[in-house]
Amino acid sequence: MVTQALLRLRGVQTHIGAYHILHGVELDVPEGEVTVLLGRNGAGKTTTLRSIMGLCPASAGSIHFKQQSIHGMGTAEIARLGIAYVPESMGIFGDLTVQENMLLAARSAAHVRDLDAARLAWIFGQFPALRKFWLFPAGKLSGGQKQMLAIARAIIEPRTLILIDEPSKGLAPSMVRSLIEALAALKAQRTSLLLVEQNFRMASVLGDHVAVMDEGRIVFRGAMADLAADAILQRQLLGLSLGGAR
Amino acid sequence: MKWLQRLLSQDLPRSPLLALALLLTFLVLALAPFLFGGAKSMSVAAKILIFMLLVASYDLLLGYTGIVSFAHTMFFGIGAYGVAIASLRLGESWGALAGGLGLALLLSMLLSLAMGLLSLRVRAIFFAMITLAVASAFQTLVSQLSDFTGGEDGLTFRNPFGISPSYQPFESAVFGLLIDGRALGYWLIYGVVLLMFLVLLRIVNSPFGRVLQAIRENDFRAEALGYRTVAYRTVSNVLSAMFACVAGALLALWLRYVGPDTTLSFEIMLDVLLIVVIGGMGTLYGSIIGSVVFVLAQNYLQDLLRFAAKAFNAVPLLSDLVNPDRWLLWMGLLFVLSVYYFPSGIVGRLRRIRMPAAKSDATAPPLS
Amino acid sequence: MQEELKPRDSVIASDEAMPQLRFDAVPLMLLLGLVLLAIPAIGSTSSWITLTVAGITMGLIIFVIASGLTLVFGLMDVLNFGHGVFIALGAFVATTVMSFAQAAAWDGFFSLLTAMLVAMLCAAAIGWLFERLIVRPVYGLHLKQILITMGGMIIGEELIKAIWGPLQIPLPLPEALRGSWLLADAAIERYRIFASLIGLLVFSGLAFTLSRTKLGLLIRAGVQDRSMVQALGYRIDRLFVAVFVAGSALAGLGGVLWGFYQQSVTAQIGAQVNVLIFIVIIIGGLGSTLGCFVGALLVGLIANYAGFLEPKIALFSNIGLMVAVLLWRPQGLYPVSDR
Repeated sequence: MVTQALLRLRGVQTHIGAYHILHGVELDVPEGEVTVLLGRNGAGKTTTLRSIMGLCPASAGSIHFKQQSIHGMGTAEIARLGIAYVPESMGIFGDLTVQENMLLAARSAAHVRDLDAARLAWIFGQFPALRKFWLFPAGKLSGGQKQMLAIARAIIEPRTLILIDEPSKGLAPSMVRSLIEALAALKAQRTSLLLVEQNFRMASVLGDHVAVMDEGRIVFRGAMADLAADAILQRQLLGLSLGGAR
Repeated sequence: MKWLQRLLSQDLPRSPLLALALLLTFLVLALAPFLFGGAKSMSVAAKILIFMLLVASYDLLLGYTGIVSFAHTMFFGIGAYGVAIASLRLGESWGALAGGLGLALLLSMLLSLAMGLLSLRVRAIFFAMITLAVASAFQTLVSQLSDFTGGEDGLTFRNPFGISPSYQPFESAVFGLLIDGRALGYWLIYGVVLLMFLVLLRIVNSPFGRVLQAIRENDFRAEALGYRTVAYRTVSNVLSAMFACVAGALLALWLRYVGPDTTLSFEIMLDVLLIVVIGGMGTLYGSIIGSVVFVLAQNYLQDLLRFAAKAFNAVPLLSDLVNPDRWLLWMGLLFVLSVYYFPSGIVGRLRRIRMPAAKSDATAPPLS
Repeated sequence: MQEELKPRDSVIASDEAMPQLRFDAVPLMLLLGLVLLAIPAIGSTSSWITLTVAGITMGLIIFVIASGLTLVFGLMDVLNFGHGVFIALGAFVATTVMSFAQAAAWDGFFSLLTAMLVAMLCAAAIGWLFERLIVRPVYGLHLKQILITMGGMIIGEELIKAIWGPLQIPLPLPEALRGSWLLADAAIERYRIFASLIGLLVFSGLAFTLSRTKLGLLIRAGVQDRSMVQALGYRIDRLFVAVFVAGSALAGLGGVLWGFYQQSVTAQIGAQVNVLIFIVIIIGGLGSTLGCFVGALLVGLIANYAGFLEPKIALFSNIGLMVAVLLWRPQGLYPVSDR
């Protein structure tokens, strides 16, 4: 296929203070598919996402989104191009209600009534807890519910690409199941996702493509199906085999 | 020159211009009674000396430990009032002076200890605001306890034997100067300030001083390395307060008067801030150069402005801007510009002129 | 399948009733308690009424001034030690407007309103300049911020002295607002009611904006997590300038109100009130508008009650209050979470 990837990173280097975190990341995120970014703790996965969003600006290299260079742009501008970001910490505004969190995420809505009813209905269908605690301060939700809210915020309006950082972290297995269902539903709608995950089972179920990071570089890239089928390769890259989390 | 290096605790000027300026200052101030006999010039010289100590003690806190406090003048005042009250109540003797100073130092130590332990755990901004409030409250307290402190009018007292103006040890003039208690008092101040300054140099160049700087740079890391940052900060706060207290005692001795406006006013706190920034934070020498520049400006810039005001007399707003009473405006501008463009102040600038290829000054705090 | 989706790890069991939003009313109760406690302490009802009105007025004026400062700090972690300069500016602009109005023989009340408006506009304009030139270059650098905003205040005060002169300028109230009403033996000054109404108007305006509008939502979210708001696509630096300018305008308004309250204006007004507003925002909790409101009222009331009961301690009542509140709630009355 000659079509350019939706998101292209070439030679991205990022420093945080004196620390050199990313040493030339090369990554392609194709449109309409789920790309999973795997790797050990400290490999640089979160920093990669943050560099894309301009929160940790890259010191060198190029980042292109829909063939437009976004390297050096402000975070708000990058978000406005259609990229949604669900950080590891979820970024929930604890003092605001669930409703207010959603309203904030919907840039075009001035009031709650302006929220897209169909999308909201879908969100409530996937995450019933959000409807139940709609007027409740978001800070009082459980970890899993917060994660649902964080993802709901990313999809209340159409976005071209969604970056999600370790959504299954710290969640109970039942919640992880709900999470997989929700993300699978998104995938069915051909939403482009760049998913950072340590839970390999979840990654292999959802991912179409995979990139493995180690020490600030991509050390493997290919189809998820290939990696999932190759236990030896898995052990080599990730030190585990299918069915086990870290 | 080994003895000089040892004396300065290995903290050399590191710039020929700076060294020259320091030497000049050292000599001129030492010989001030001979060079400038007049009352005003002597007052200017004494004020410069006292400010040097006051600002140097503040530099320990701000420049080396990275703590912003607005309560510094409170300790300045405690020292001054201590000496004044003791002289009035216990008689004008050296013993009374020592007693007064001793009590003042004790009070300063306790107050700064309390302030440090209670509030140095909080964020810098919190601490700054709290010190502002405490200093303001103290100023009010002093005005209120008028029986004790003389209230708004302050206290006037006499100096002990040896430095009272009427004392004349030599019958005839020495090098053209009739030496009197005033001159002796001046040299006493000179000696004390010099000694205190050298002690401060020792402190900031000691292992303790290095830890302070580490805390200033990155307190998380310092804490992670095992240094109890609250303890170090508190000690720095206490030391700084005690040196300020001594400076206050010297001021009282010189003026033979103490009042809320000579020591506790917020204007003085701002002056100290201006000097430490313009002179160069985290250098100690900055307090010397800065005090000279500032006090000279305060006294003689006004004359300059007067001259300019006459020239611009016709232009309405401009003449108001160069009105000699508005000299603080120009100092304020210089201050803001210094914070932006010369964060290491005059001293930093002088040091950079010398060796453009040299590494940047390790002790100056990188404000960025 | 539906069964499985019921969150098993939720905080509240799924069969409980929908939990209510619990509003922390303790500080408000404290305020009410203070006012009621003062009745027996003061003795006479008429004195109590006068003092309470005075306290509320003073508190509301302080709130108007401090509200901008606390929001600016909460939103961008910028503490403007020069906030006092807008207070002084507002007060002095009012003197100019009033003398102009007097010469042109305008109606007293109308000239007062004009003075307030013009003062706010001037303060807003200078606030915009202040943010651009002094504050913006030092975002995130607390040490430099404290120093530079102090420097800004020095420069501002000197400029004010250059324009209006260093002396005190009287600011007499217009006829319409002089005098007092009688309520059960107590004299309530007309101006105080007026100033309190303005203060309440400002509070309700702020409360409405913060809780009912999207702008307010942005501010509240920004106070909690600035970078997430940006990640959601909002240019928070523009928001900050707007809040800074609004805060300066409010300080200017507060300056006018304060100037008329004292019936005179000096250039030191800013520095004097500075300490007071810092105490108030620390008590209230940095970044909390409601905290600022309650804190300001507490400070105003205690200053007046203590001034009547025990003048000697009145001057330390602020510090004492601050220490007491911090011992109880170290982050202020209404701490802003996630900081």
